[in-house]
Amino acid sequence: MSELHFKDLNVWFGEGADRVDAVKHATFDVPSGASFGLVGESGSGKSTILRALVGLVPTWSGKMSVGGKQLGPKRTREFFKEVQMVFQDPYASLHPRHSVDQVLGETLKLHGFRGIDKRIEKLLADVGLGPAFRFRYPHQLSGGQRQRVAIARALAPEPTVLLLDEPTSALDVSVQAEVLNLLADLREEHKLTYLMVSHDLAVVAHMCEATAVMQNGEIVEMLSVEDMRAMRAKNPYTQHLLESASGYNPSAEQSA
Amino acid sequence: MSEKPLLDIKNLRVTFPTRQGEFEAVRGVSFTLGRERLGIVGESGSGKSMTGRAILRLIRPPGRVEADRLELEGIDLLSLDEKAMQKIRGQRISMVMQDPKFSLNPVMNIGDQIMEIYRFHTGASKKAAYEKATEMLEAVSIRDPERVMRAYPHEMSGGMGQRIMIAMMLVTEPEILIADEPTSALDVSVQTQVLSIIDRLVRERGMGLIFISHDLNLVSAFCDRILIMYAGRIVEVCEAARLNEATHPYTRGLLGSLPRLDEPRKRLSVLQRDADWRETESVSGRQ
Repeated sequence: MSELHFKDLNVWFGEGADRVDAVKHATFDVPSGASFGLVGESGSGKSTILRALVGLVPTWSGKMSVGGKQLGPKRTREFFKEVQMVFQDPYASLHPRHSVDQVLGETLKLHGFRGIDKRIEKLLADVGLGPAFRFRYPHQLSGGQRQRVAIARALAPEPTVLLLDEPTSALDVSVQAEVLNLLADLREEHKLTYLMVSHDLAVVAHMCEATAVMQNGEIVEMLSVEDMRAMRAKNPYTQHLLESASGYNPSAEQSA
Repeated sequence: MSEKPLLDIKNLRVTFPTRQGEFEAVRGVSFTLGRERLGIVGESGSGKSMTGRAILRLIRPPGRVEADRLELEGIDLLSLDEKAMQKIRGQRISMVMQDPKFSLNPVMNIGDQIMEIYRFHTGASKKAAYEKATEMLEAVSIRDPERVMRAYPHEMSGGMGQRIMIAMMLVTEPEILIADEPTSALDVSVQTQVLSIIDRLVRERGMGLIFISHDLNLVSAFCDRILIMYAGRIVEVCEAARLNEATHPYTRGLLGSLPRLDEPRKRLSVLQRDADWRETESVSGRQ
């Protein structure tokens, strides 16, 4: 069964002459328990798809469904119990004046959980942070630790779907490895479905089984991870991305 | 290298006073730069950007730059006064920063910005500066230089902005270019293009390039020689082409933590840090 289903999704900003079509006719499915990647350069509309799904962009048309349930213009509390999002920059997405305990506690309270104390401990343990981190503020944490807190916050309502918007692009490679490993473990443990946006093809190939490549708001090609590793791409743009991802080649100067 | 190096640095230190005592961001780094492409790699906080800034004496007080030797072709950069230093910056050593959005002047059109630098350093006429600026924009593969000259930075994309930065920094024909993460704010597809422009210009003009980046793969493909920095010191120096034979556990750890398209693996190896790395003396990158 497909967990996430997008059909003919259009998302736009502005009206009349100012209208910008950020996503055009996006159609794809993410099976339950799968990990799906969205790749493309900045402005290609990949993050916009995630934002439209969680209700941060009201101007969209087409069909989106989660777990078979069609989505309307409003998102309910039940929706956020199913779907949670981890944002790109852990420096910007955590409240600077809330301790880790407050961040997690508030989310749990809003979702009506009991036994919050035990749950916070469990969440911290899940993301590999000791109990010592519980009463720290974001400025007392490193980038990788903050992203772990952001992941713990997303896991708090026990969702089935995690939307990952460039979860490691603000981190160092050594820390990126830790966070990617953590995400892979969590997916296995909690049977999660991932929809991951990234501009780094190597990261997507590591994390996802299938990927959609986007350019100017359109999905130009669907690739399986095997296609990606074998550099089998039909679309010239995808080919170009794959080549760029496999390192700098001095002979390949071209003006785009 | 038999040739005299362009830049000769011995035991460079950058110190900042803090409430907890002195903090040393760069702790005794030595290297030379010839007409080559030298990469400096490390994580955030390893002191790589500070090294680049220290060469141009761009560390603001109360931060301090000290060195046993910091020479540009025999000129001692540490003993110059601010006015003489101004003549070095931009004219003999230029620096391209990470994000064009924050390093171009938003209220001045691009042509004026490039011409200002050129005229400041050469005292050329307006007309000559205009010609030089358009020529430079063409050199960085900007198709319609006349239009771009009139445009403002916000009208440019990230990739174009970075190319304009490069044009601006190279218009005075410096001997050394310091590029501090010049492509990390750009998309992969644009990245290659910007890199090949830097590559071509550095080669054609026989400049020395210091390329600061956190991206090991990129640096190994792009540079001739690599310094690997950790906690303000150089832990390893190697030929770029032989990065895979690097022996220091930190370098190996960094290499292992990268996901790769051509080598799938189940788990990425995580860097295990060793307290000894901080304490070991800096390796010299002098040739």
